[in-house]
Amino acid sequence: MSEDAGKAYWYAVLRLIAGVLAVWFFVSYGCGILFAPALNNIMLGGYPLGFWFAQQGSMYVFVILIFVYAKLMGNLDKKFDVHED
Amino acid sequence: MSLQATIYLVVGLTFALYIGIAIWARAGSTSEFYVAGSGVHPVLNGMATGADWMSAASFISMAGLIAGMGYGGALFLMGWTGGYVLLAMLLAPYLRKFGKFTVPQFVGDRYYSKGASSVAVVCLIIASTTYIIGQMTGVGVAFSRFLGVSNATGVFVGMAIVFMYAVFGGMKGITYTQVAQYCVLIVAYTIPAIFISMSLTGNPIPQLGLGGDFADTGVSLLSKVDQVVTDLGFPKYTTSTRISTLNMFVYTFSLMIGTAGLPHVIIRFFTVPKVKDARASAGWALVFIAILYTTAPGVAAMAKLNLHATVNTEVKGGGDLFAVESSIKYDERPDWMKRWEVTGLLKFEDKNGDGRIQFYNDKTTDPVAKANFDRAGWKGSELSVNRDIIVLANPEIAKLPNWVIALVAAGGLAAALSTAAGLLLAISSAISHDLLKDMWMPDLSEKGELMAGKIAMACSIVVAGYLGLNPPDFAAGTVAIAFGLAASSIFPALMMGIFNKKMNKEGAICGMVAGISFTMFYVFAHTGLFYVKGYEYYEMFGGKNFILGIEPNAIGGIGAFVNFGVAYLVSKVTPDPPEHIQHLVESVRIPRGSKAVDGAH
Repeated sequence: MSEDAGKAYWYAVLRLIAGVLAVWFFVSYGCGILFAPALNNIMLGGYPLGFWFAQQGSMYVFVILIFVYAKLMGNLDKKFDVHED
Repeated sequence: MSLQATIYLVVGLTFALYIGIAIWARAGSTSEFYVAGSGVHPVLNGMATGADWMSAASFISMAGLIAGMGYGGALFLMGWTGGYVLLAMLLAPYLRKFGKFTVPQFVGDRYYSKGASSVAVVCLIIASTTYIIGQMTGVGVAFSRFLGVSNATGVFVGMAIVFMYAVFGGMKGITYTQVAQYCVLIVAYTIPAIFISMSLTGNPIPQLGLGGDFADTGVSLLSKVDQVVTDLGFPKYTTSTRISTLNMFVYTFSLMIGTAGLPHVIIRFFTVPKVKDARASAGWALVFIAILYTTAPGVAAMAKLNLHATVNTEVKGGGDLFAVESSIKYDERPDWMKRWEVTGLLKFEDKNGDGRIQFYNDKTTDPVAKANFDRAGWKGSELSVNRDIIVLANPEIAKLPNWVIALVAAGGLAAALSTAAGLLLAISSAISHDLLKDMWMPDLSEKGELMAGKIAMACSIVVAGYLGLNPPDFAAGTVAIAFGLAASSIFPALMMGIFNKKMNKEGAICGMVAGISFTMFYVFAHTGLFYVKGYEYYEMFGGKNFILGIEPNAIGGIGAFVNFGVAYLVSKVTPDPPEHIQHLVESVRIPRGSKAVDGAH
């Protein structure tokens, strides 16, 4: 693998991490904490939405995020031909 | 069969199961069963990680704290799950590629220095010991109820059992035993939640029941809880932040990065077969952890409602809470209260001498609530309930069958013992192997190393048990401090080791020292020097939470920034790391075997 390809791979990885972290931050610190008072005016069943994000929703999103990240990283590894075996 | 006999039976059966599996596993091929993760399906590995992770703090303490804190309790939920996202993306795959087995080994090699490695060992010992103090608090609660003794006696019995558990191999590293422990844990946690959700909302799934209607009244459960707690002078359940938005933000952050910096979690990802597996196995671990964590908010809100309904008969009916007849007579209190009074964790004091129990927030600033209390002739809240008992008492409060109560006791003991023993093993190997054998006494014999490990374990259990008698906070709060300590020391060093090629040993060492010193300084200001009560010094700085109103449990989030900042500045004014270390970092970033990458340069 050339130096350039190595760099390109690493930048692609960093971009992916930044994207996942943006969602991670948005659901927990955003919807769960900063915007929670505003979101609480919207109801999700019996849940005020801000409360739901803080005590339920962000955790579901975290689980999904890890699997999406693992899948996309697998694709990147193949694309740049750095995958194992 | 009596309740106590049922508890002994169920606890005995579950322990027989763990020991049985351990013996069966030992009898099989050793290499297959001892190395966690190799040849084990990723899903089972995720369960085992879940059992490792969910300790007394998650199982016994957390829901009770959420019940007390309301919405603000979300910081535990988000903090202790969100960290797995960081772990999966920022650390696990790279540490796996690095191919070392412990955190101090990684730090020592990446920062080409035994000094850095020693600092990492010391940071790990400080964080792990604090963690065990929290566990011992939980162990004390579980054993005091299990044996019907005072909390202090419970801690002593717990110390002895945790020590034996750890010395006899602790059943750690045997993945199938941990899978069994996870199953007992999760069944014990969810069964009572399902029963209670069913009876309060008609929906058996607590995650949905919490968003459902209260007993066919057309009023949602959460608005019912909101109304009851505000009437009794507590802050509104669904909106009460923890101190301030900033504090909640920093607290959550501290727990998240602390998760990604604690040795007993990270170590599980060192041993998976491939880099690819390290990424996915964090996901599976989080799936199994999330089952408990998404159930906890339901347990919290419903236990809170049931607890108030026990002492005030009009809570569920919606009548006048302040009528004389609404508060139950102390002499007619339910049996579960008597059982918990023995432990000293639940206390009644008849302040207005009417022989009835009034349980409310007497420190409220709400004038309406205050006027109601005065008119009713209430002279102060008469019941004090330790928050750490809520989960264990929950099935008793809800009048669930004896076997459910016994199951919860078994789950609580499994949670507390497995994690406490695991941490003790981590401390003992850090001292005997990473510190003594690798650095100070290279000619130490294997026997001597084992002996040193056992002595280290005995010392840490005595220290943790002593401090656990007078803990700095509830179990989950103390554990949160441990996460803050890991967050401010280990996580930044690991992350910069991978993401910043130019980070050198001077930067890493100064960063770790600065981060953990800052955090310890702030924590000890509030809890007393080395957690010994009576040596608090926050007054010198103008009162509690003197930095931006942030509580000591959350300060690790700031400590991590101190670490990053100091490390960056120091690395700028000191020489770059040697060329081969920079190449090492480049190779760690790429999943394929390091050889192929080396060849290209």
